[in-house]
Amino acid sequence: MTFNAILYVLLIVGGSALLSWPLGRYLKWAMDPAASAGGGNRWTRAFQAIGGPLTLKQQNWKQYLLALLAFNAVSFTVTVLILALQQYLPLNPDAKGELDPSLIFNTAVSFVTNTNLQHYSGEVAMSYASQLGALMWQQFVSAATGIAALAAMARGLAGRTNMGNFFVDLQRATFLILLPLAILVAILLVFGGMPMTLQGSAIATTLEGIQQTIARGPVAAFTAIKQLGTNGGGFFGPNSTQPFENPTFWTNVLEAIAITIIPMACVWMFGRIVGKMRHAGIVFVVMAVLMLTRIGFAVWFEQTPTEAFNTLPIAQNVGNLEGKELRFGAAAGPVWAVLTTSTSNGSVNAMLDSLNPLTGLMPMIGMWLNEDFGGVGVGFINMFVYIVLAVFLAGMMVGRTPEYLGRRIEAYEVKLAVIATLSHSFLILGLAALFAATPWGTAVLNNVGAHGFSEILYEFSSSSANNGSGFEGINDTIFTVPWNIATGLVMMLSRFIPIILPLAIAGSLAAKRPAAESAGTLGTESGTFGVMLLVTIVILGALTFFPAAALGPIAEHFQFYH
Amino acid sequence: MQSFLASLRLVVATMLISVVAYSAVVLGIAQLLTPATANGSLIANAQGQVVGSKLIAQKFTEPRYFWPRPSAVDYNAAGAGGSNKSPTSTDLTERATGTVAAYGATAANPLPADLAAASGGGLDPHITEQSALYQVPRIAAARGIPAAGIDELVARYSFAPGGILAPDRLVNVLELNLALDQMAPAS
Repeated sequence: MTFNAILYVLLIVGGSALLSWPLGRYLKWAMDPAASAGGGNRWTRAFQAIGGPLTLKQQNWKQYLLALLAFNAVSFTVTVLILALQQYLPLNPDAKGELDPSLIFNTAVSFVTNTNLQHYSGEVAMSYASQLGALMWQQFVSAATGIAALAAMARGLAGRTNMGNFFVDLQRATFLILLPLAILVAILLVFGGMPMTLQGSAIATTLEGIQQTIARGPVAAFTAIKQLGTNGGGFFGPNSTQPFENPTFWTNVLEAIAITIIPMACVWMFGRIVGKMRHAGIVFVVMAVLMLTRIGFAVWFEQTPTEAFNTLPIAQNVGNLEGKELRFGAAAGPVWAVLTTSTSNGSVNAMLDSLNPLTGLMPMIGMWLNEDFGGVGVGFINMFVYIVLAVFLAGMMVGRTPEYLGRRIEAYEVKLAVIATLSHSFLILGLAALFAATPWGTAVLNNVGAHGFSEILYEFSSSSANNGSGFEGINDTIFTVPWNIATGLVMMLSRFIPIILPLAIAGSLAAKRPAAESAGTLGTESGTFGVMLLVTIVILGALTFFPAAALGPIAEHFQFYH
Repeated sequence: MQSFLASLRLVVATMLISVVAYSAVVLGIAQLLTPATANGSLIANAQGQVVGSKLIAQKFTEPRYFWPRPSAVDYNAAGAGGSNKSPTSTDLTERATGTVAAYGATAANPLPADLAAASGGGLDPHITEQSALYQVPRIAAARGIPAAGIDELVARYSFAPGGILAPDRLVNVLELNLALDQMAPAS
């Protein structure tokens, strides 16, 4: 690993980590102003005025969840309507036509669930009305839904049986957190050279006299919230590899920091709401260790030159450049591949399908674990499930009733936590197996053999992790109805199960009487706890997914590199 | 039922503020302060015709121009994309064989790797400085001008995109070709 690669990682991960501290403090102020003084209540009153009578009362975990689901149902319907009617709506200078119904279903689910898996190419299929009114809108409210869910869970774990009010929380997250950050990032991107226009495509006559149609649009506004909300859905088909969606080295750095900063800040927000900053610090370190390990491996593996060029007179003194942009520098592709899958973002600045096989395994592991740092809000919720399991395992080892934040973890909570982790692996492995065994999967692959299996495995990992990136070889334009429906269902289940079950756990814990800490309690503020958590995550993840990894990227690696 | 009404109120509020107002603010700032890049960094020639975008690669096949990196979408700026081939794929070997032949690369004079590898979006506007220098003999022969002048032009147009963080020097192919035409108008 070269010196400037290490410097680059330090800039992005270190920069995000530093910025996440003050941002975490702000998130707490914005989401949970009850305990803090000042202007919070003025905003709360404004949001209550906007939301109407239902926003005035506190909700328990069930009411909060029902409100969350109701809003998601309504916003799904609105998204479907805009997409289905795009050919009749304004802001369509390039006259985009009708979309296929199964694609509308898939896309609406994808953006409602904060996944942003895209079975279409933005500049080919979508009008500006769809891009802004349906997709960018969801990039705000689906991210806000995640932040709201985490705030509610944290309140529950702080021992409050009232988890707040979803309709107020959603507005807090949208208007106080995402909107100001998006304005800031969008303006910086504009100054970085990114297009922001409502004009249709430009027509150029090249120096050699060929006509070139250059798609453009309101890219900067879209890209800012795409990164900040761990959405990841690109304005253009190839996402942030397209020069308009990422014009320079510095926009790339800015976008990479925008990807990680809110997920990192969410850890601090949680710590502040439950009043356990040391505990939050331990979890932050565990997450950072997992992420940095994968970054290190990815950068290392990607230094191997393109295997396919080995027999040709091509200089092999640089790493694998297939699918990469030169302006971002050598380390940018693999670093981003890990950041975008660690955080459930899913945007890309290099084609993941063309990464070296073992490099390609790193983003997959990120999506299988899906909690370091995970999607905005939901990343920490996923981590909470692992915390419950780790605390339970530790309790079993010493033969004491396990506790978390002063409340007993019992059979009911552990069952729910197990179901939450199992559903993720079941949906990935089960459906990857189904599609690998039938023409549904095998008929649309772009690569053969082990790499083809990796493409299928990746697609379902990405859907279930609500990530949205892809081994795009499964060509967007030939994605078939079975793919649209299957990934749509996976995205939906994998969005809501891991919100519903942890909220139920938090609700159940909140209702218990606090247990006094004893000598047998595993302190959640100790290094021992951090190691226990790390081991739990690695063992659960490795045991569950290792066989599938062996059939895909690992098999491909040993087939070609001896 | 009440939940749905509250949800609808939120839909309207978030649409108005985080879509309409947000887009308008960013659009206004972009069009007022940086209209050239906000509209796609388009480059016009002396006659005012748009010849391309600074940020978007275009196809060059004539020997008298610098050639960009390969594009999996044939430089379609209205439908970008990468090859999405595994680096172990024989399809890549096949494609690169064609590229090697086009440049006439040999084991003694191997092709720089970025000229053989397609970019992620298929629209990478840059090549490495080394790849530009690699093409100078062909261009000098096609234009019948000394190679030294073109070498000097490449050096003048090369830049390190991220300073110390990304020190490998690049050139913008379209800008370089425009400068080339300025220097020695194509006959």
